[in-house]
Amino acid sequence: MIFNKFCRRFSVIVGGLVSMLSMSAVQAEYELNMTQGVTPIAHDLYSLHMLVFWVCVVIGVLVFGVMAYSILHHRKSRGAQAANFHESTTVEIIWTVVPLIILIGIAIPATGTLLDLEDAKTDAEITVQVTGIQWKWKYTFVDDDVSFISSLAQSSRDVIKDPTGNENYLLEVDKPLVLPVGKKIRFLFHSDDVIHAWWVPELAVKQDSVPGFINDSWATIEEPGVYRGQCAELCGKDHGFMPIVVNAVSEAEYEAWLTGMKSEAAAAAAAADQEWSMQDLLAKGESVYQANCAACHGPTGAGIPGAFPAMTGSAIVIGDAAGHIDIVVNGKAGTAMSAFKTQLNDVDIAAVITYERNSLGNSVGDTVQPSAIKNAR
Amino acid sequence: MSTEITHDGHDAHDDHDHHGPAKGLMRWVFTTNHKDIGTLYLWLAFIMLLYGGSMAMVIRLELFQPGLQWVEPHFFNQMTTMHGLVMVFGAIMPAFVGLANWLVPIMIGAPDMALPRMNNWSFWILPFAFTMLASTTFMEGGAPAFGWTFYAPLSTTFAPDTTDFFIFAVHLMGISSVMGAINVIATILNMRAPGMTLMKMPLFVWTWLITAYLLIAVMPVLAGAVTMMLTDRHFGTSFFDAAGGGDPVMFQHIFWFFGHPEVYIMILPAFGIISAIVPTFARKPLFGYSSMVYATASIAILSFMVWAHHMFTTGMPVAGELYFMYATILISVPTGVKVFNWVTTMWKGSMTFETPMLWALGFIVMFTIGGFSGLMLGVAPVDTQYHDTYFVVAHFHYVLVTGALYSIIAAFYYWVPKWTGHMYDEKLGKIHFWWSTIAVNVLFFPQHFVGLAGMPRRIPDYSLQFAEFNMISSIGGFAFGLAQVFFLYIVIKTIKGGEKATDQVWEGATGLEFEHLPSPPPYHSFTEAPPVK
Repeated sequence: MIFNKFCRRFSVIVGGLVSMLSMSAVQAEYELNMTQGVTPIAHDLYSLHMLVFWVCVVIGVLVFGVMAYSILHHRKSRGAQAANFHESTTVEIIWTVVPLIILIGIAIPATGTLLDLEDAKTDAEITVQVTGIQWKWKYTFVDDDVSFISSLAQSSRDVIKDPTGNENYLLEVDKPLVLPVGKKIRFLFHSDDVIHAWWVPELAVKQDSVPGFINDSWATIEEPGVYRGQCAELCGKDHGFMPIVVNAVSEAEYEAWLTGMKSEAAAAAAAADQEWSMQDLLAKGESVYQANCAACHGPTGAGIPGAFPAMTGSAIVIGDAAGHIDIVVNGKAGTAMSAFKTQLNDVDIAAVITYERNSLGNSVGDTVQPSAIKNAR
Repeated sequence: MSTEITHDGHDAHDDHDHHGPAKGLMRWVFTTNHKDIGTLYLWLAFIMLLYGGSMAMVIRLELFQPGLQWVEPHFFNQMTTMHGLVMVFGAIMPAFVGLANWLVPIMIGAPDMALPRMNNWSFWILPFAFTMLASTTFMEGGAPAFGWTFYAPLSTTFAPDTTDFFIFAVHLMGISSVMGAINVIATILNMRAPGMTLMKMPLFVWTWLITAYLLIAVMPVLAGAVTMMLTDRHFGTSFFDAAGGGDPVMFQHIFWFFGHPEVYIMILPAFGIISAIVPTFARKPLFGYSSMVYATASIAILSFMVWAHHMFTTGMPVAGELYFMYATILISVPTGVKVFNWVTTMWKGSMTFETPMLWALGFIVMFTIGGFSGLMLGVAPVDTQYHDTYFVVAHFHYVLVTGALYSIIAAFYYWVPKWTGHMYDEKLGKIHFWWSTIAVNVLFFPQHFVGLAGMPRRIPDYSLQFAEFNMISSIGGFAFGLAQVFFLYIVIKTIKGGEKATDQVWEGATGLEFEHLPSPPPYHSFTEAPPVK
């Protein structure tokens, strides 16, 4: 009886351990190595990575093996007598030529993969322009006149002190990039300010977005799914907080999404023609401010002394509205202040300016209407 | 052996007072003695190691778990930037210059460095340069926060005013390095004892000669890069500003044209140190001396032709990428020759494993691991996945910490009995080695995994999937940091006293410094050239 109970408990424990081990083995596989990805290039890179890795392992085992053998056997405490050979041209030639041959063996597949990887132009079906902006991404579907900004989701910003349990912490955005599977997508990369790098490991796309340059890369996604990545090039304070989410869907879903984006843009344009109340502007302005301005100017408008100016009591903010509109719309050349006319719509800019003038410790008392922004563009 | 040594250092003091060092603090300020200046360099390097290391501790503390608990992102970026700058320019490079000052004259039978007053100057610039650089941490805007590679335009248009202090500090470091390099070249080419032909020089002298040429070639390029930054920031030029017709990618070309040879500046002297230590403890001459010299020279030449492998994702033309991939993986051939030669030196030797040998063996194994990841990184298409991830961080810490730093520590244990006349505490030295080696692998090995799994470098916070390995890495980091504080204790203990070292110090040691000088050597050694076999 007792023995049976013990057996049952024992089997439960063993079963639990085994399932834990197998689970961690599955997890470990994912966490230890490079992803095999979901594009043809990603698969090629993975095999090339494994090829070079195993070449290194074999060489390592040989070299460290010989070393370990002499450490064990050619030690003085074992009475080893030192030989006196110290030169052999033949040996030197052998271990120069053999590695050279191995390298050629690596270089041949690497060359082919590189040529494929760089060929973004041939047969590209959809072109997406990706613009890096401190610290968010702007996506423009050049053939469809759809453009939007994607930044870190509020659900990640809220738990920054203790993200436990938030599964996709720092890898979730407010508006994901939606792409169809099975089509060759060409990405064009550009930057509005500093150098960023757009990287989604599963798509095997990592390309710098450089101000003044347009770089390209491509992906044909084979399986629907959500693929997450991050900016890979240090781009200032919030470099760690500009994730990328690609939502790969069927072509029909992609078309539906495009239509939705277009009607959303039309609705926003219509809203810009209305007169907005102070209350509505302030409410909208706060969310725009926290998503676009708070990173530099601070959530309370305090800024970072010496790096980013404060909003509270700023001469521009509490001064004439025209000057305030100008700096937000056109930015300030030679500084980190970017021209928000390329990033936000009229309502958003009007709302955030109204918010800045009447919140964050300021109380100018006026409202700025979307129509004023339209005129300032 | 000891009969060849004509007089003991302490007797020399009594006989010729004016040959001894001056008294008090001014001895160090005004000294033109290569041993004093070597000591100053080594202490500066140690202080900078602890300073740069303390910033690494802040980094590992913040990365201990996901979420932002300890520092703000802007301060975190200052930490990664200053950690890199201080370790490269403050710890590793001055440590090697210190070793060159101490060792080159006594290895080639010269009485001192060729240009002793310039030697004093090239050292004393550095404390001011680093004080100025460090002071930016307390200024409005903070220390440099754009990475040690300071890519434009983040470091120009988008950087705080304190960047000008950084630019001036880099200029000073460059001047110091160039003067140090000129001194090393002048000493080696002009002051060898009769009979010390080039192909008889110890490999440490050879590697430093080649390193010195690299320094003279590339430090002015770095100075050019920061000067262009300065004029972009203040004098209306647009070298790196696309809006003015400039080219941000050109900054990277210029930086890495300096930066890649710089990598070899930090590793070639290490090859020289390992080539001295392994034969001593294997009691067998170095295998393939001349091929070692040729390999060093080929690595140095190749180092000028591979810089853009740091830039495979910047959008280079595919022909450029192919060329830089081929040239880069080619470097593994001469580097491989070196490793094979060291291993063959051990083969059929009569090995013992005193502390310097342990550090040298640690170097060979872990530097080779860093070399393997370097080969992987050199394969351009796959670099798309590795670039700017923790895989790169793991790679360059394997070559710089378990490579360059390990060789410097090995050199300390190997030559400190010669310098001070005291043996270090063998037991403590071995504890230091095993403690550091376990810790450093716990610290950096998991970074390969998080890098491959997709963690970018230079981020203050990360998603939950990277949590376990980062915690392990941080624990290794704290243990490794503590081990170097323990090293400080060993250093001080050895200087203060210890078992008296013999003149030859090690049973298998060869070279002028072990065969013709007492331990410690007199303040002025080789006032007459020693006989060279």
